[in-house]
Amino acid sequence: MIAFNLLVAICLVYVVFLFLVAFWAERRAMAGQGGWLRSPLVYTLSLSVYCTAWTFYGAVGYAVRSGLEFVTIYLGPTLVLIGWWWTLRKLVRIGKTQRITSIADLISSRYGKSNVLGVIVTLMAVVGTTPYIALQLQSVTLSFAVFAPKDVGQWAMADLNATALTVAAGLAVFTVLFGTRNLDANERHHGVVTAIAVEAVVKLVALLAVGVFVVWGLAGGPADMMARIEASPITDTPISTGRWIGLTFLSAAAILTLPRMFQVLVVENADERHLATASWAFPLYLLLMSLFVVPIAVVGLAEMPAGTNPDLFVLSLPLAHSREGLATLAFLGGFSSATSMVIVAAIALSTMVSNHIVMPLFLSWKTQGATMSGDVRKLVLRARRVSIAAVLFLGYLYFRLSGGSEALAAIGLISFAGVAQVLPALVGGIFWRGATRRGAVAGLVTGFAIWAYTLFLPSFGEGAVMGARLIAEGPFGLGWLRPQALFGTGGLDPVVHAVFWSMALNAGAFIAVSLSGFPSPMERLQGAQFVNVFEHSSAGRGWSQGRAEAEDLLLMAQRILGAEQAQGLFQRTAAEQGKLGYLPEITPDFLQRLERELAGSVGAATAHAMVGQIVGRSSVSVEDLMAVADETAQMMEYSSQLEAKSEELALTARQLREANEKLTELSIQKDAFLSQISHELRTPMTSIRSFSEILLDGQGLGDEDRRRYCRVIHEEALRLTRLLDDLLDLSVLENGQVTLNRQEGELAELIDRAVAAAGVTGARARIAIRRDPARERVKLVTDTDRLSQVFINLIANAQKYCDAEAPELRIEVQAGGGSVAVDFIDNGSGIPRKSQSIIFEKFARLSDPRSAGGAGLGLAICREIMAKLGGSIIYLPGGGGAAFRVTLPLARAAEAA
Amino acid sequence: MRGPRAPLFLARQGYRRRRLVDMALLLPLLGVVLFQLPLLAGGAETGPRASTIAYLFAAWALLIVMSALLARRLCQAGDPYEEEAGTGPGDGAP
Repeated sequence: MIAFNLLVAICLVYVVFLFLVAFWAERRAMAGQGGWLRSPLVYTLSLSVYCTAWTFYGAVGYAVRSGLEFVTIYLGPTLVLIGWWWTLRKLVRIGKTQRITSIADLISSRYGKSNVLGVIVTLMAVVGTTPYIALQLQSVTLSFAVFAPKDVGQWAMADLNATALTVAAGLAVFTVLFGTRNLDANERHHGVVTAIAVEAVVKLVALLAVGVFVVWGLAGGPADMMARIEASPITDTPISTGRWIGLTFLSAAAILTLPRMFQVLVVENADERHLATASWAFPLYLLLMSLFVVPIAVVGLAEMPAGTNPDLFVLSLPLAHSREGLATLAFLGGFSSATSMVIVAAIALSTMVSNHIVMPLFLSWKTQGATMSGDVRKLVLRARRVSIAAVLFLGYLYFRLSGGSEALAAIGLISFAGVAQVLPALVGGIFWRGATRRGAVAGLVTGFAIWAYTLFLPSFGEGAVMGARLIAEGPFGLGWLRPQALFGTGGLDPVVHAVFWSMALNAGAFIAVSLSGFPSPMERLQGAQFVNVFEHSSAGRGWSQGRAEAEDLLLMAQRILGAEQAQGLFQRTAAEQGKLGYLPEITPDFLQRLERELAGSVGAATAHAMVGQIVGRSSVSVEDLMAVADETAQMMEYSSQLEAKSEELALTARQLREANEKLTELSIQKDAFLSQISHELRTPMTSIRSFSEILLDGQGLGDEDRRRYCRVIHEEALRLTRLLDDLLDLSVLENGQVTLNRQEGELAELIDRAVAAAGVTGARARIAIRRDPARERVKLVTDTDRLSQVFINLIANAQKYCDAEAPELRIEVQAGGGSVAVDFIDNGSGIPRKSQSIIFEKFARLSDPRSAGGAGLGLAICREIMAKLGGSIIYLPGGGGAAFRVTLPLARAAEAA
Repeated sequence: MRGPRAPLFLARQGYRRRRLVDMALLLPLLGVVLFQLPLLAGGAETGPRASTIAYLFAAWALLIVMSALLARRLCQAGDPYEEEAGTGPGDGAP
């Protein structure tokens, strides 16, 4: 038998070795050389904190008591790990983007950075984990007891307690030293993780060694082993279907929700790719850990004397065969299992307690805000250290109170069921955007209460917390409320019963309350970011407008992150913004980044509250969101305005181009007009000048000649006057300055007057006029003078230009359709087609030898007049000769008639 | 919230990766089936035979090997984390 003192010495050496490993790893990481410390292998090994002393010692005892069922505890995690693509991948990504520090932080952050949820989850974790820590202390002390010299009386209870206390104190020191060394962003602990990886190797090697010894040393190899298994009572224990499925589910839930598992899986994860390796490597680890459990149990049952604690077969079998070295190795394996679990659990719990309970209390106590005196950083670290000590002390207390009588596996399952209550809120939170804070609170509280009522409290034994009557008959004799047979389901195994009801009602309350409520803006923001973490790994907006003083923020950040790190962060941000010095512009982005950094140290809710105290608001209000939405709407409106404007500009440009073309055309027209008019004026002037010069000379002119010349001068002067009159007339008409003198008149009279004025009546008439007086009896209200001017012009034109042998002009009147049309049709050759479009233009005199006397303004004037009168004048093609149609609206006429 | 729609048909590589992801998603379901078989094999009535125990460990090892191959292929097929949204069954927003 190995000397007890030697065992203690080995144990101490091993602890010192772990300290050195942790210290060395910490140094390497600080020096930036810790690359391989963050390898997938170390990550996978660190996950082995799942395998506690419960696994190391307890699995064999479990197999002895319940047969193959022990394996469910490993099958659940295996399924979760190989199904990493479903949940773990998402959890790790969320943990990274949101800088999650613990499972309480995840839940709190997801549901709108609610601190209430943080507190609830923290308390649940403490209650669920404390018995588990007690379990580890118990297993360590029991394993010590195995080595205790049997002759020196019995190892008194006091010695057991002293051992437990020593172990707890030692663990507290280690955890404080390496777990609260720094307030590292993201809460990574290189030293701890490396030490745990070493411990993982130790416990695996130890268990495999014992297994090999059992199979090849005690039994005759695998074949013999199979035969022994077949013959052993273990294969006679039927598998309970309910427990098999229930425990697989429970262990699968536990690996996601156990605080220590969350710590190593999500928080300590350095690279998301490590998860891909762990997805098969960790199940392999679990397989190896459980491979020899059944052989050890079978051989132990067969060889050890009755009454030996089957939980300690791993130790007692080698000891019974005087394999002291192997026994010591197994002891170290068990010790490693216990210590690694306790260390990680204590770190996880202390982070939760300090971030979700101590810091909020501190913040509300110091209402002035986080900038006032007092080093927050030191406070956080102190809070963690005290929390670690408190958690371990609680575990020790539980161990003392429960008296170490409980079978190890039972406590483990109770603990699993307790922390599994977080599962609905966790899974709902990352997959369902409709999950709300109220729903999460309702589910957690319901599940936890039912767990306590149906499993936790009864586990203390009848009469301890719950009376025997209460358990047997239910509260107030209500049978359907019996703790272990809710609603008459007494046929179930107590653990399965508790898991079923707590999870069912938990999920039910969570879903029902979530469905019926409406989440706050912050919850919806966070929900979208968590659920769609792969779509936008960037952060949503937390702060809409910064009013904080950069200096205050720097002060606060220094207290939490440490001066160097905080200044570095501020300086980097300032540099990115293009500013010198330490004080960047307080932009929402910067606030968010700062909050993220702080969250890595004190948790999302606390960081949000601290920044909120300085910035002047504690959460995103609806107004903020409205402002953001407004901003977006404004941007969109602005851009659509720009679009409209550019369209408008294009339109205007087109219009301008058109106007420019028109102006150019007009300018050409004007030039043409000017040259035309000068020409028109010049011709009569020339003849007037020459004839007047002849008259001035005077000699040798007869009276007859003189009179003739005078007449020529007179005629030319008349022509000039007429031309100028026409020009004036046209200009007045075109400028719209003409005032119409409306009066009543009959069309027949107007035509009579025009015919007379045109000088086509009587003997001198060159042209015959054909009229239909009956149809001309149309009464008109219009400017009769102007209208007759048009008629005169048309008649005069016909007389002038009709080139028929016997010229005649038909004047036809057609009334109807709201207007009256007067056609002037002669029997000449008409106007050539190509000229028809220009005859109404100014000076559009066709090249005609007989055109003398006309300035080419007549038809232009006619058109202007008709436009003013509300009618029109057009050339009628195909009418035989030249044909013009004058149309007048008849509305006035009908009125007057 | 979604970006531009992903094309309906992917190139061969992208298609393979999608199917790898499908396998990764289905593997745990296979595990559930394999791990329930001992119950059907009479373990629930008479207790497991030694061969049942051996089967369980063999199935376990098979899952591990498949998971290892899959993880390697997934990492080779490009960064599995750069997978665009919408492949995970839970990614659809309600």
